[in-house]
Amino acid sequence: MLKQTGRLALAAAVGLGLAAGAGAAKAQTPKSGGVLNFVVGSNIPSFDGHQETTFGMIHPIRPFYSLIIRVNPQNPSDPTDFECDLCVGDVPEPTEGGTKYTFKLKQGVKFHDGTPFTSADAKATMDKIVFPPEGVPSARKAFFRAVESITTPDDHTIVFKLKFPTASFIPALATPFNFIYSKKDLDEHGYEWHKANVNGTGPFKFVQYQPGAFVEGVKYDGYHFEGRPYLDGFKAIAAPKMAVRLQAIRGDRAAIEFRGFPPKARDDLVKALGDKITVQESDWNCVLLATPNQKSKPFDDKRVRQALTLSIDRWGGSKYLSQIAIVKTVGGVIFPNHPLAATKEELLKLKGYYEDTEASRAEAKKLLADAGHSDLKINFSNRGVDQPYKVVGTWLVDQWRKVGIDTQQRVQPSGPFYDTLRKKKDFDVSADFNCQSVINPIADMTKFLGSAGNNYADFEDPELEAIYAKIEKEGDKDTLRKLVRDYETRALSDEASGIITLWWYKINPYRSYVKGWKIAPSHYLAQHLDQVWLDK
Amino acid sequence: MSKYILKRVLLMIPTLIGAGILVFFLMRLIPGDVCELRFAGTGLYVDQEQIDICRKDLGIDRPILVQFADFMFGFFTFDLGDSMWSGKPITEEIGLRFQLSLQVAIMATIVATVIAIPLGAISAIKQDTWLDYAVRAFSIAGIAIPSFWLGIMIILGLLIVTQEMTGIPWMPPIEYKPIWVDPVHNISQLIWPAVATGYRYSAVATRMTRSALLEVLREDYIRTARAKGLVEKIVINRHALKNSMLPVVTIIGIEFAFLMGGLVVTEQVFNLNGLGKLFVESVTNHDYAMTQALVMLVVLIFVITNFLIDLAYAWLDPRIRYS
Repeated sequence: MLKQTGRLALAAAVGLGLAAGAGAAKAQTPKSGGVLNFVVGSNIPSFDGHQETTFGMIHPIRPFYSLIIRVNPQNPSDPTDFECDLCVGDVPEPTEGGTKYTFKLKQGVKFHDGTPFTSADAKATMDKIVFPPEGVPSARKAFFRAVESITTPDDHTIVFKLKFPTASFIPALATPFNFIYSKKDLDEHGYEWHKANVNGTGPFKFVQYQPGAFVEGVKYDGYHFEGRPYLDGFKAIAAPKMAVRLQAIRGDRAAIEFRGFPPKARDDLVKALGDKITVQESDWNCVLLATPNQKSKPFDDKRVRQALTLSIDRWGGSKYLSQIAIVKTVGGVIFPNHPLAATKEELLKLKGYYEDTEASRAEAKKLLADAGHSDLKINFSNRGVDQPYKVVGTWLVDQWRKVGIDTQQRVQPSGPFYDTLRKKKDFDVSADFNCQSVINPIADMTKFLGSAGNNYADFEDPELEAIYAKIEKEGDKDTLRKLVRDYETRALSDEASGIITLWWYKINPYRSYVKGWKIAPSHYLAQHLDQVWLDK
Repeated sequence: MSKYILKRVLLMIPTLIGAGILVFFLMRLIPGDVCELRFAGTGLYVDQEQIDICRKDLGIDRPILVQFADFMFGFFTFDLGDSMWSGKPITEEIGLRFQLSLQVAIMATIVATVIAIPLGAISAIKQDTWLDYAVRAFSIAGIAIPSFWLGIMIILGLLIVTQEMTGIPWMPPIEYKPIWVDPVHNISQLIWPAVATGYRYSAVATRMTRSALLEVLREDYIRTARAKGLVEKIVINRHALKNSMLPVVTIIGIEFAFLMGGLVVTEQVFNLNGLGKLFVESVTNHDYAMTQALVMLVVLIFVITNFLIDLAYAWLDPRIRYS
């Protein structure tokens, strides 16, 4: 509520007709017709959602497919609102002590090639994702480690049996990469076929792909949501350079870019086009971290790590960095809008989150002195991408300088940066990030565990692991929330094994004639486009 | 002459092998690989097993010498394989972009030649006059201004001017259509990068034309031509300009080859899906197979262009032809 009020205040203050946030959009009757051109700042590795991880694939390919369940496109900013896509009715509640989910599937749905959709297709797809055969890649296999079996009692029912009850299953199932494929395609063409071919049940049918240039889709008349999609088609135009994407919207070569622009780009567009541009803004399910390498001395000393986090003025950073970079929100280990996320009062108790920056930095200096490292030097590895890495990295260097830490920032392109982070590990502190699609706090917070495959701090913390083990299996909301606070306090404050800088902030300025699209807290979500229409 | 051509063709082989060795091993010095980038680009947790599957699938887990032998064999048998990033055949990926890059290169060469030769000649003939100074200032500005910056200014200029004039900002199309499909769309997209790159290109060629012509104009045979009473127009066109074209042809040829693969930034500014953009993407994505193929293609273009330049020398200068 606070956030929305802030947005409305911004809109009123600038007087530029910004539609700030989904809640501000006026209900209008959708019009059918038209082709949506949008720009995508990345390229498609392959069409196979099950093995890809980039929005460069999701934005152009997602409209061809359906999922079993999806994030509600009418309310995507709510991290707990899911709806049936290929299933019927509401998303089912689990039975058998939270270990069994039974989904009734829609009847009469057909793939674009005319093949009828049945539970066998859903099972074949989910088997490929959850239990891939040897040698078949599945990027999100780990999301489903609670799944014990997948069965289909009849042609229109699919049952997921879990090893233990977990709140992470439904968000994992709603992940937009879980495209439902036809069993016939998998059986006849094998597991590689979907890398270069498309056959889904989504709102649009594949027309053509020109590598490096565009993907084109046309309305699928047999789509299983009646009356949709509204668009006749879409064209996803590849434009890796941000300036081109911005100018494309200004020159109306494209109507929208779904990933997001920095504040300056938003302001430029609004200044040039006034009310022809609408802006939606949201917290973003991406967090930028500074990861101390505990194998590098003295970062094995928690006093040094605590000093690093204490020297950062997050509240001030939020105020100033949000004017130039795609970061804004001060938060803990959980996405800021989620019911499990820390409140401001709870955050203020953590080291590095105090409002009194001077006291915080004094404590940091004392800790460094106690540890015998008042003249600490840091080799800080950063990724050679402006937004937000280089901007925030430079800010961090300055923050640490204020407690006497001498930081050498090493900026590398993505490939060598990842190599440093994951293999060479020749850094003291590295920029790091966690950027997920569906908000799945129980899964997303594993990032802070020493045992996690995507944690590069190189440490063991059995106590943190034990707290997480309880979180994973806890069914009671209040107890769960308390456990999450314990986890957060240990990871960010007591041990400071992970250092959160700021959560990202998503800004989408687009042509005002695009209607029906509501900003989600992730650039991977709400991209099926069946709800989008053009008011031209 | 045929012996000369055969010798030059045979010389291409060691050049290509040398380039192949360089690009293959230099690419592998860059830390990281395509599978790491592809799977964990969003900070996602991915099993090491998944990355290993990807490496095996792409063949980058094999011994490096086996990979090299595979690459060289593929190159000489015209089988460049598949892109490690998109999985599509490399010839198909390059073929799509080649057409666009070739058209931009040809258009930029036309722009450059049309500007450079007359301006360079005027500048030389009117040496040390205001006209000469103006041409020199124009050409020095062309060398000094990066093409991509000029490109950005052109796009911004078009957006601002059209918005001021019509109320609706206009920018060139950002998706390519071949000239035979939609000539208006095609030209309205490609003329701007052709001008942006052609200007720099013309500046270099103008300077070269001027200095070469100045040198030739001081030759004895020009003095002789004038002494025997030939009209100045004939002296310039038939005797001076043709003979001063040797270095200009070299410059035009090299610049043309450069444009085929070197429009890295300009292609991004205009969102052209050409070879330069593909080059950047393949290096960024650690797509070894594609980068190697592109480097070899550019080397081949340079080698062939140089070969054609040498043939043009022979046509322009009888002394070379007869020797």
